[in-house]
Amino acid sequence: MGKSVLLIEDEPNIIEAISFILSRDGWSVATHSNGHDAVGVVVGSRPDIVILDVMLPGKTGYEILRELREVEGLVDLPVLMLTAKGQVKDREMAERAGASRFMTKPFSNSEVLEAVRDLVTG
Amino acid sequence: MGTLNMLVLVCLVYVAFLFLVAFAAERAAIRGKGGWLRSPIVYTLSLSIYCTAWTFYGAVGYAARSGLEYLTIYIGPSLVMVGWWWVLRKLVRIGRTQRVTSIADLISSRYGKSNLLAVGVTVLAVIGTTPYIALQLQSVTVSFAVFSDVYDASAPLGEQESNALLVAAGLALFTIIFGTRNLDVNERHHGVVMAIAVEAVVKLFALLAVGVFVVWGIGGGVGDILQRIDASKIGTWQIEGDRWATLIFLSAAAFLCLPRMFQVLVVENDSEDHLRTASWAFPAYLMVMSLFVVPIAVVGLDLLPAGSNPDFFVLTVPLATGNNSLAMLSFLGGFSSATSMVIVAALALSTMVSNHIVMPIWLNSNFGGATVSGDVRHVVLLSRRISIGAVVTLGYLYYRMSGGGTALASIGLISFAGVAQFLPVLIGGIFWRGATRLGAFAGLTVGFVIWAYALLLPSFGTGTLVSEALLAQGPLGIGWLRPQAFFGITGMDPLVHAIFWSILLNALAFFLVSLGGFPSPVERLQGAQFVNVFEHSGTPQGWSGDLVQSEDLMIMAQRILGAREAQGLFEREAKRQGMGGVLPEPSPDFLQVLERELSGSVGVATAHAMVEQIVGGASVSVEDLMAVADETAQIMEHSSQLEAKSQELSRTARQLRQANDKLTQISSQKDAFLSQVSHELRTPMTSIRAFSEILRDTDRLSAAEQTKYSTIIHDEALRLTRLLDDLLDLSVLESGQVSLNVQTGKLDGLLDHAIATALTGSGQDSLRIRRTRGHKQALLRTDLDRLSQVFINLIGNAQKYCDAENPELRIEVSQSNGQVTVDFIDNGHGISKKDQAVIFEKFARAGVQRASGAGLGLAICREIMTRLGGTVSYLPGQGGAAFRVVLADQDQLAAQ
Amino acid sequence: MSERPKHLFLERQSYRRRRLIDLIRMCPVIGAILWAVPLLWRTDGAEQISTSDAVVYVFLVWLGLVLMSAFLARALRDGGDADGDGS
Repeated sequence: MGKSVLLIEDEPNIIEAISFILSRDGWSVATHSNGHDAVGVVVGSRPDIVILDVMLPGKTGYEILRELREVEGLVDLPVLMLTAKGQVKDREMAERAGASRFMTKPFSNSEVLEAVRDLVTG
Repeated sequence: MGTLNMLVLVCLVYVAFLFLVAFAAERAAIRGKGGWLRSPIVYTLSLSIYCTAWTFYGAVGYAARSGLEYLTIYIGPSLVMVGWWWVLRKLVRIGRTQRVTSIADLISSRYGKSNLLAVGVTVLAVIGTTPYIALQLQSVTVSFAVFSDVYDASAPLGEQESNALLVAAGLALFTIIFGTRNLDVNERHHGVVMAIAVEAVVKLFALLAVGVFVVWGIGGGVGDILQRIDASKIGTWQIEGDRWATLIFLSAAAFLCLPRMFQVLVVENDSEDHLRTASWAFPAYLMVMSLFVVPIAVVGLDLLPAGSNPDFFVLTVPLATGNNSLAMLSFLGGFSSATSMVIVAALALSTMVSNHIVMPIWLNSNFGGATVSGDVRHVVLLSRRISIGAVVTLGYLYYRMSGGGTALASIGLISFAGVAQFLPVLIGGIFWRGATRLGAFAGLTVGFVIWAYALLLPSFGTGTLVSEALLAQGPLGIGWLRPQAFFGITGMDPLVHAIFWSILLNALAFFLVSLGGFPSPVERLQGAQFVNVFEHSGTPQGWSGDLVQSEDLMIMAQRILGAREAQGLFEREAKRQGMGGVLPEPSPDFLQVLERELSGSVGVATAHAMVEQIVGGASVSVEDLMAVADETAQIMEHSSQLEAKSQELSRTARQLRQANDKLTQISSQKDAFLSQVSHELRTPMTSIRAFSEILRDTDRLSAAEQTKYSTIIHDEALRLTRLLDDLLDLSVLESGQVSLNVQTGKLDGLLDHAIATALTGSGQDSLRIRRTRGHKQALLRTDLDRLSQVFINLIGNAQKYCDAENPELRIEVSQSNGQVTVDFIDNGHGISKKDQAVIFEKFARAGVQRASGAGLGLAICREIMTRLGGTVSYLPGQGGAAFRVVLADQDQLAAQ
Repeated sequence: MSERPKHLFLERQSYRRRRLIDLIRMCPVIGAILWAVPLLWRTDGAEQISTSDAVVYVFLVWLGLVLMSAFLARALRDGGDADGDGS
């Protein structure tokens, strides 16, 4: 397939886990682990899908997502948001910020895989 | 004697008829069918008791002697009635709202519910009324005598006296039966009122009949009579102006003040509306009553031999012309006048005597007994009955002792002048709030002394009670105190003189003493209620009973003390008396306690009056007391209460706002905390789940991979455990349930141990520790494990977060004033100003995050230091990150 | 008049009622003054008033007062049964 995924996440172990799963499924996985320059990395690398954590050092996932949606050509970019805060209002905030899908940690590997496939093909 | 027997028979039949009327009226009232009993006409007719036998017979005699002067007696009341809006309306309203039972009651009630004043008024009323009752008895017996042709003014006859006794007994009986039937004291006696209304019709009809007979039967019509009038010895206007004016004033005053008039005007009044009708109907009645007086007098003077008693022309003129049945009717008219007056006067006086003299004495004498409640009602009835008997008996005795002579004839006006002394106090009381009890006492005393001295005593005839010398030269030769020439002013008519001075000085004394005094609270309250009755009074309520009831006391006490306190007090007292429930017996002890409690709130005098009035007052209702209690309480508390209330309210509001703020803050803190905990727990769990699934689902994993992933799972599990440990630790510390294990140890050793522990498992070169060897020998007495935990945490933080090339931590210990300070300073970039504010908060992590910390370390450190009595804080301006730990005062230990 | 708001009418009515009460208050004053006229009559000399004239005068005043009072009482009743405004 060779589609590219950009994973923005600050927990090294989670980065490793998701990278492992997606790589084995044939995705090319790039990672980034802080919020400051995340938007620039996305714009620069133009991945097919972004997996975005909410709690990032420097900038929250919501802020990054809102900024991404304002960039030309990235309005329809599939973004899968991950959060460790499982509250209803977090989901609402994610939807308002423009997330394509929202997923609460901990997740099962197959769920992530399925979501990424769905978002890219759909 | 046949005529006389006939007369007695007629009387008996008539009296039987009156009994029947009264009885029927009572029955109708009880059955609630008495609507017609309370018609304005009945009310108007009942007022006719003003026209007694003295006016029925005496007016003609008066006219025969003094011309038109008799008219003054009717003109005064006519003016009062026509001017109903001024005084009567107010009196009636006050009477109804204050549940007044007599004029004595009204006056005492107005002036601070003073029973002494009531007693005074009662006594004076009895003194003023007794001769009047005697006069009625005399008129009845004399009219008997006239009929039986044995009349001779100078011959006291046994038969006359027995007649008088019979009449007196009959009247007393009637009054007792219909005046004290019940004590459902609305104080209205439908039977009595109905009977006197009937009698009013009878006497009016009788007088009219005689008048018509005289004008058109004997005389030749109106023109002829007018000519006869002018031709008679009273043919010209001969009335002195002073007498004319004074007598009009006097009769007006008496109309308001006579106890029997007060009874029918105010007490028996059913509705204020009736006054409106009576305002013109009663003057009309009086006008008609007096219309034929002059013709009868003139014709009588013409017809009858000189020397005939003109007082009985009403009888003797028909008799002389042989018209016996008309004479009989006329006799009945006179009989009616006499009986109705005696009945109502006895009723009114007995109420006063019973309420203000007999009952207080009885209650006083019975205070030694067990209870006051229960049979009071019965006692009141008995006392009323005895009082009626006593009043009528008194009248009879007076009649006997005065010998039934002509001395009685003048008693009418003298009696009027006596009761007129109530006028200043009465009018002042309802129009002037400044009137006081002492003023009332002074006025009444002065008025009555002058009245007795200048009018009553001389009336018995010179040389009997007042010597000629006294009249001529004054007491002890003091000329200006001569009874009929005060201040040396001679030549005045004795009656005018007495009335003028008594009323003037009475009013003056009342006014001046009132001005100078200071009324008690009750007086002032009552004054306000009386004077402003139209603003104060709502709809008049029913009359209350006379029973002494603990419940009444309870109601009153609740009003004054507050419900809970009053109930508590009553319950305590009931228990003390050995009774169940909340209502104690109103024993003297209890009343004393109650009064004392009440006086704390409303003052001694008021409390006393209240308790006294409930217990001893047969005439003052609980509602009265309620009104006083309410108003006193209000006046006392109103302003201060309002102020306190508003302060209290704003205080409460402030507290509520604070509490609300705090709750909101706590709530949002709790939300944030839960959210944080959730995050901190989910993050390692995510790794654990992801890698365990990888291990489970992925084939062909290399051994290295397997090891690596298993290690991650293991580490994250440890992290979770640590986090949970920290959370529990923090929770225990925060809840204050931590138990400290206090030991003594050296700071030096403690630091060694902490450094060793913190650096275990990491490369030796990862953090270099530099320690200043100063006061490390300091002895500590504290929970060493907890303190060590703090040190380890701080060293661990430096290890984790120090971003210098060659990380280095300085640990400096200093000691001053017994306080040991330990500073941990690294050589990194330190913590930004913004983060310094939050690093001690839970889950706060400064700068770039690293995986290992949950962000609870510093929060736990702070909690521990708080428990140990010291502090931990960030120390700015040291280059790198710097934390200062201040240990609790170690003064004594350091000295060892 | 019918066009006016109702409360104006009521005010007018209560105004009339007050004046009516004023008149009622004046009744005894009028009566007292009229009945005080005999004070001016001479009781001696040639120009004495005859008793028949005096009777007629006094009773006419009386009748007048009764009629006036009756009329006012009726007017007061018809003018509404509301309680007065105090004295």
